[in-house]
Amino acid sequence: MATAGRARNGRSARRGTAVLLALPTALWYLLFLVAPLVVLVVMSVGERSPNGGYAPGFTFTQYAALPTRFTPLVNTLGLAALNTTICAIVAFPVAYTLALKVRGTWKLVLVALVVVPFWTSFLIRTYAWMTLLGGNGIPRILGWIGFGDIQLLNTPFAVSLGIVYNYLPLMVLPIYVSLERLDKSFMEASRDLGAGPIATLRQIVLPLAAPGILSGIVLVFIPVMGEYLIPILLGGGKTYFLGNALADLFLQSRNWPFGSALAAVFVAGMIVLVAGYLALSRRLVRAGREQSLI
Amino acid sequence: MRLERWGERLTRLYTILVFAFLFLPIIIVVVYSFNAGRHVTELLGFSTKWYGEAWSDRFLIEALKHSLTIATITAILATVLGTASALAMDRLGSRVRWLFELLTYVAIIVPGIVIGIATLIFIVTALDWLNPWIAYLTSSRGPEIGLGLGSVIAAHTLFTMAIVNVLVRTRMRGMDRTLIEASEDLFATPWRTFVQVTFPQLLPAIVAGGLLAFTFSFDDFIIAFFTAGQDQTVPIYLFASIRRGVSPEVNAIATVLLTVTIVAMVVAGLVYRRGQRRSGGAADRAGDTAVAGVPLAPAPQTADGSS
Repeated sequence: MATAGRARNGRSARRGTAVLLALPTALWYLLFLVAPLVVLVVMSVGERSPNGGYAPGFTFTQYAALPTRFTPLVNTLGLAALNTTICAIVAFPVAYTLALKVRGTWKLVLVALVVVPFWTSFLIRTYAWMTLLGGNGIPRILGWIGFGDIQLLNTPFAVSLGIVYNYLPLMVLPIYVSLERLDKSFMEASRDLGAGPIATLRQIVLPLAAPGILSGIVLVFIPVMGEYLIPILLGGGKTYFLGNALADLFLQSRNWPFGSALAAVFVAGMIVLVAGYLALSRRLVRAGREQSLI
Repeated sequence: MRLERWGERLTRLYTILVFAFLFLPIIIVVVYSFNAGRHVTELLGFSTKWYGEAWSDRFLIEALKHSLTIATITAILATVLGTASALAMDRLGSRVRWLFELLTYVAIIVPGIVIGIATLIFIVTALDWLNPWIAYLTSSRGPEIGLGLGSVIAAHTLFTMAIVNVLVRTRMRGMDRTLIEASEDLFATPWRTFVQVTFPQLLPAIVAGGLLAFTFSFDDFIIAFFTAGQDQTVPIYLFASIRRGVSPEVNAIATVLLTVTIVAMVVAGLVYRRGQRRSGGAADRAGDTAVAGVPLAPAPQTADGSS
């Protein structure tokens, strides 16, 4: 009896500590995540006051008007998917080389070098590309070779380049980590059993790297969806992302209710997309693992 | 065999090219920070005058102070709150834990621009309602609370503490439970078990999380853009000066920041290696990637945990 009582006391004390530990974080979530999102939704069913900003109300006109922002929505989804894919394709061979072909101190240095750009200011890196892609940069060099009059800056190409450049480290590292854990005897076994390099890559390396590739895709896709700076600085505002549409609605035209509706749909879409993706990838990874280990 | 060797050479060459791609813009920035000419087109020889100009730019130094304050407070808050909630989640009922997990992932998934906008309209709405009360209670025209460093810290802490939480919980999952049980069996108090057993094992994840929080906060433009009010941060200053037409000062600032980063990384790497040697070389991958400074996304971990 006594020991049971003590155990129960201990458990409730643990519960008490847990609540105490979780309380500040819970308050933070409530105050700076839940409350702002609630205000966002309340505002999205409101009306626009004549001088901009918000007037109380209950109407779905803002949501009905959403199709007018169809272009940035399609742009964002399409370009985010496209550029995340390019990122994965560019990153995989690099991660493969770092994980399996380089050894010792070199490996440490090279992995650190992948991270260095990630730790330098995003704005500075993007600004450097503005210089490089601008009239006095790469187009001038191309002109010397004989490709005159090529515009690079303020094109969709520049936006893609900026995205791939800025998010490449976020793709290389998770793939590197998953390949680094790869048991090299699998590859030797595959070779001993007469598989060519391509068969080994397809049947051993890729399935085992899948979790890394999948987490890289999530790490890149999420921030690219909300991208604001790259389309403005490298795309010259011509390639219009959801982020730019939102910033315009809140800062320039001051149509807060409509902006809120767009933001609310954006968040809901993101959550559905990521949740669906995680469920799918979980299944894929499990299937891949069973297949590759049997 | 021959095909294989050629393939290997090609991937190696390719890797070198990708590294060149990664560092080309950074090299350009460093070179031009020492360029005497004002424009990118004129390479006029070596000069350090842009460093002097950056140092005497009052607005820039002000922005730098703001950024450092925001990033430091954010990193501390995120580390403490993220770690505390990670420890708590282990002991909470499954329904509360589920809710916590959901909020954590939502905080990570919601795009920065939406966090910025939502925080802006929430604070503006709340203050419209609050400030008259404060004025009434203090019965004077006291200082009105407005947007500023505080609102930026609040929004930055929100998503960085979620990242710390995920990192620490990932680490906890890979932790050796038997040590904690042994400590409890030997009648250590919970606090002592935490200080002597749990905390040292969680330390790499906590340090990595704190560093990440600092970097994200220091480098964030979009959230600060919406929530900083009149206060400028370094990214806001840089954005404004890029739009105005940039002064080579910017290159000098970037070079200084880059140098500080590289020195910090080398020091962190050396400290980490020494710690590893002392603990008998028991390298763990979570620590490796933690030093690299990138969180592993929740995806593979949850996939592992559920199978």
